[in-house]
Amino acid sequence: MIRDILSFVTGSARLALKGGRIYHLWLVGLTALFVWGVTAWWQQVTGGLIVTNMRDQVSWAFYIGNFTFLVGVAAAAVMLVIPAYVYDWKPIKEIAIFGELLAISAIVMCMLFVLVDVGRPDRVWHLMPFFGSLNLPSSILGWDVLVLNLYLILNLAIVAHLLFTAYHDRPYSHRFVAPLLLLSIPAAVGIHTVTAFVYAGVAARPFWNSAILAPRFLASAFCSGPAILLILFQILRRTSSIEIKEEAIWKIAELMAYAMFLNLFLFGAEIFKEYYSNTSHLIHTQYLYSGVHGHDALVPYAWGSLACSVIAFLLFLFPATRRNLVTLNLGCLLIYTGVYIEKGIALVIPGMTPDTLGEFYEYVPTLSEVRVGAGIFAAGFLVFTLLCKIAIPILQKDSGPQPATLRS
Amino acid sequence: MSEFDHERPVDRRSLLIGTGLTAMAAISATVAGASNQFIERLLRERFSELGPERKQQILDDLEREYSERYGRSVEVADTPPMDGVEFGYGLDLSRCVGCRRCVYACVHENNQSRNPQIHWIRVLRMEKEQGIELAESNAYYEPAEVPEPDAFYLPVACQQCRNPPCVKVCPVKATWQDADGIVVIDSDWCIGCRCCMSACPYGARHFNWTDPGIPAAEINPNTHYLGNRPRPKGVVEKCTFCIHRTRKGRYPACVEICPVGARKFGNLLDESSEMRYLLREKRVFVLKEELNTRPRFYYFYAT
Repeated sequence: MIRDILSFVTGSARLALKGGRIYHLWLVGLTALFVWGVTAWWQQVTGGLIVTNMRDQVSWAFYIGNFTFLVGVAAAAVMLVIPAYVYDWKPIKEIAIFGELLAISAIVMCMLFVLVDVGRPDRVWHLMPFFGSLNLPSSILGWDVLVLNLYLILNLAIVAHLLFTAYHDRPYSHRFVAPLLLLSIPAAVGIHTVTAFVYAGVAARPFWNSAILAPRFLASAFCSGPAILLILFQILRRTSSIEIKEEAIWKIAELMAYAMFLNLFLFGAEIFKEYYSNTSHLIHTQYLYSGVHGHDALVPYAWGSLACSVIAFLLFLFPATRRNLVTLNLGCLLIYTGVYIEKGIALVIPGMTPDTLGEFYEYVPTLSEVRVGAGIFAAGFLVFTLLCKIAIPILQKDSGPQPATLRS
Repeated sequence: MSEFDHERPVDRRSLLIGTGLTAMAAISATVAGASNQFIERLLRERFSELGPERKQQILDDLEREYSERYGRSVEVADTPPMDGVEFGYGLDLSRCVGCRRCVYACVHENNQSRNPQIHWIRVLRMEKEQGIELAESNAYYEPAEVPEPDAFYLPVACQQCRNPPCVKVCPVKATWQDADGIVVIDSDWCIGCRCCMSACPYGARHFNWTDPGIPAAEINPNTHYLGNRPRPKGVVEKCTFCIHRTRKGRYPACVEICPVGARKFGNLLDESSEMRYLLREKRVFVLKEELNTRPRFYYFYAT
């Protein structure tokens, strides 16, 4: 058994490193970007979070926004798992593992974004159950730590088992994988719901304190995660021997149209409530969409995000445009942009602007924050690339002799 | 029972920490070239769960460290809450002239960072015509003279809520409410996630965005572990009703400095206290009562 594990690990490492010149350049580029981010983070560790533009008035911003967006990406793996394993739909079953690989990469990025946001990274072990002093059941962030780790472990276990058995030409154990897969569905819903509750439970911030925040999070996540997957599938189709059927892509695009409809509907419901009741709480929504007292840094982003989401919805609604690869990819990009702005900028910042005592502090990220963020995205892409590079040849083995690697 | 009196012998968790994390810490410390003190700091348990000897040892260490850093003898006490005491605060809006002497007395008394400036008290200027309207308030007023004829002032600091949302959200139990009602932070346990800052409806929690800059000559050497001892960068801090003074029977610095007597302080459980008199004889209100935080900080208009 130990020998099997060792050969799997060394074999995987060999697969991950083997590749053409473009592949290696891609790895080097990502590593360079990662290092660029790490150096910015080190300045932050030594000098303090003052190198960011966060202040007491806007005390969560770019990092936590990215964290929130990526939790949604991670949760989106269920968009593949449900049709693949619950409805046993074959075209998606063949590619469902990429959803899990994406989930693993996204969770790694989530954890990194939390790590760079805390003031005392040397004390994050206080968050560990048993070792630290996790404040359960009262702290929602405490629950978030638990579900995110559970979701990561589930996906790692599933992927490791599938790849390990395939590597050694053994059938995978249905009794081991099936319960984990089924559990990963509520866990995926759980990570996003709990993350939404971190915001929705804060009565001091009326912009977040909304019962439909969790459903909105889920709806937008079920668009943005698959948007990334659809583009990745097309890249994989070209750069590897993996076969991805058109029907699978169309089906995912159709599901995304439903999710986007729900997202826009819930958004409309929130907007109606805010503007029609016109209470003092409206000021946060006004800051986002029209600016208040000349503070209007977010206005173009807010409208841009809305435009992206509406256009993408229309593109995915009509079969003709969602089956055309050009308009499909355009739609994916628009969804990605729209939801990234919605979660990354338009949720966290207006929730804290004006602050609880009415002060306007207009936040824009510093270069340092952008560098740290870029570094984390590079780390995520690196993890995803390596996982795919290992998984594809292993899973393709039983469909015939291994294709020769591209000569560089 | 207050968390202060909480004692616990070496349990499973300490053992796990000892064995499991020492290896990790040793590696990271070697990499960082750090000292034994670094490892000790990294693995220290929650102060409030320690026995009296261990607590004293930590207090002694801190006193030594601060005294060395600021070149004068600094005392770090951990005076527990007094029996039968629950502190309350009263602020007379009709007297406050907006001079901000309380703000700076607080900064000096509680060793807040001077560069960048951290203020535990924010004095908001309100238009008389508008009444209390936070959205229209201004904390950065700079007139030649106060009070201004068309304005009144609303000082805001920690409201020492009976139902504190900041304590509820803390993921690591680094902040809690003591028996005398004071909400405290263990700045050696806080991870700096700033959940409490999101949750506080009064902007009362402040973050050390960098190392607090305090000139050695200005340090207040009379400190409390859970209050005004010097904080490191990356942790949250807040008003503690001057815990180092009030637990020894003194008034908070802001009450003493106020030139117009707008600030009142006392024991809510003592019928003869000024606070009880105030609640009985005046008409008081609290900020954002709809959030059900139930502050121990009462505003009133005496005239």
